[in-house]
Amino acid sequence: MESTIVKSVDYNAYFGDNHVVKNVNIEIPRNNVIAVMGPSGCGKTTFLRGINRMHELIPGATSKGKIQLNNDDVFDMHPIFVRLKIGMVFQRPNPFPNLSIYDNVIAGYKLNGIKLPKAEKDKIVEHSLTRVALWNEVKDSLTKKGSFLSGGQQQRLCIARAVAMEPEVLLFDEPTSALDPISTSTVEELFHELKKNYTLIIVTHNMQQAARVSDKTAFFYMGELVEYDNTKQMFTNPTDIRTQNYITGRFS
Amino acid sequence: MDTSLNNDLITRPDSMLGRVISSAKLRDAVKGIKRIKRSHRQIRTENVFKKTLVIVALSTVVLVLGIMVTLAWQSTLSIKASGLSYLWGKVWDPVQDIFGAYPFILGTLLTSFTALIISIPFSFAVGIFLGEYFPNGLASNFLKNTVELIAAVPSVIYGFWGLAVLVPIVRSFETSIGVAPVGLGIFTSSLILAIMIIPYAASLTRSMIQMVPSNLKEAAYSLGATRWEVIRSVILPYTKSGLFAGILLSLGRALGETMAVTMVIGNTSLIPKNIFSPGNTMASIIANEFTEADHPVYLSALIELGLVLFLVTVVINMLGRRIIKQFTQE
Repeated sequence: MESTIVKSVDYNAYFGDNHVVKNVNIEIPRNNVIAVMGPSGCGKTTFLRGINRMHELIPGATSKGKIQLNNDDVFDMHPIFVRLKIGMVFQRPNPFPNLSIYDNVIAGYKLNGIKLPKAEKDKIVEHSLTRVALWNEVKDSLTKKGSFLSGGQQQRLCIARAVAMEPEVLLFDEPTSALDPISTSTVEELFHELKKNYTLIIVTHNMQQAARVSDKTAFFYMGELVEYDNTKQMFTNPTDIRTQNYITGRFS
Repeated sequence: MDTSLNNDLITRPDSMLGRVISSAKLRDAVKGIKRIKRSHRQIRTENVFKKTLVIVALSTVVLVLGIMVTLAWQSTLSIKASGLSYLWGKVWDPVQDIFGAYPFILGTLLTSFTALIISIPFSFAVGIFLGEYFPNGLASNFLKNTVELIAAVPSVIYGFWGLAVLVPIVRSFETSIGVAPVGLGIFTSSLILAIMIIPYAASLTRSMIQMVPSNLKEAAYSLGATRWEVIRSVILPYTKSGLFAGILLSLGRALGETMAVTMVIGNTSLIPKNIFSPGNTMASIIANEFTEADHPVYLSALIELGLVLFLVTVVINMLGRRIIKQFTQE
């Protein structure tokens, strides 16, 4: 039996009076890839940003209910601690433009004021870049600015930056929607590698991607979690009519 | 409307229908002619408007160049009399026709840079507060308007306020640290200037900070950075050239400020011994002595000061604007 790492209990999120995520209850097992899919505006990204408490950074955004990480409510922890445990990769690759590739990878340590000996930093950089299959491509240009890389490489750099902090969970907010097909498939291959060490929650607009990469899929519609099941089950035999309609392309 | 055109149409058997169609056609034709006429008129107006704009715009450029030429021309007498040593001459004695601008150049630099140092923490704090912590809302609007009001107060009011409020405070402070308690002087001027330039740097800082892409800030937050760490490691490095330009522009403002400074600086042509000494800036000596300049070389020497001040402020302003332009293009 797999152990649960992230669990939400009656989680609700709002932007002002706008109720965007409604009563979501979900249990996410460790070392799995979870795809969160649904049409635009269904609350999937808001839910994702609720997990590492990024949602509350937006002025006027509030939430209700619990999100647990290893049975501890994240709302009882300091948000900084939560975000160190739960890393995040965004829709658009966002390496820090003023930092080198090397500094981008250890940016999390720099930002948090953690001073490390050079040897240890080198190790973290090599390790993280290897994890995202970028080491061989950039090992000779670590001092170059991160913005010189291609879009796909930049996105892998951002994943390396999140991985460098050794989180337990990695959140991905439509990580390939700004990438070309080849970069997309490189990143997708990465997910299979990364899940050995981390739990991955991936918001995606792309149903094929959800089917390709995930162990379990959650389908959001109008702020509700409509269905959550093993991906194979979900795509072959969905129980809810709305899931069925979405998968068969009757709305998107 | 002219109906002769559709007379034959009316006589037709299907006159009712014909009339409807033809009068509609006629209306369209008339409309078309009117429209062409109107568009001719529009084009003419447009051309006149454009020419007027060009003339008005050019005349401002001519005006600025004219000021510069006049200043240069009027100061030739002084330039001939004192040469380049005018710039570092330490004595200003109109009675004996000795004109050295050094005390005033020093006074200007001292007041402006002291003012800058005093104002930077305040303007950055206001800029960061308005740009990052509370970009909108009631409290933020109130603060924003109040700070902008600082720029709207006439400088003579600052002079009055300085004389009535600041001078006694500075005087008692000088007594407590054992400096000659004059109250008037470089330091008091710097305090007033500092207040006057806060809105310039603050509003620039605010708009620069708001230009930082939110995905960079989010990246930092997602790595566990605190607000302060985001400001220090993401916002400040990203905006540093813009912030520098803001400082330069407020320096340009401080250099030229005349009225308030003239009222509280103490007006002496001696070289200031320390930051509490009375002195004069380039602007304040011009304002103070222009009406007393009773012979041509004296007047010309004052005008040459004006030329120096003009050139310095122009260079600083151009530099500041260039940096901002580069920043906003990136």
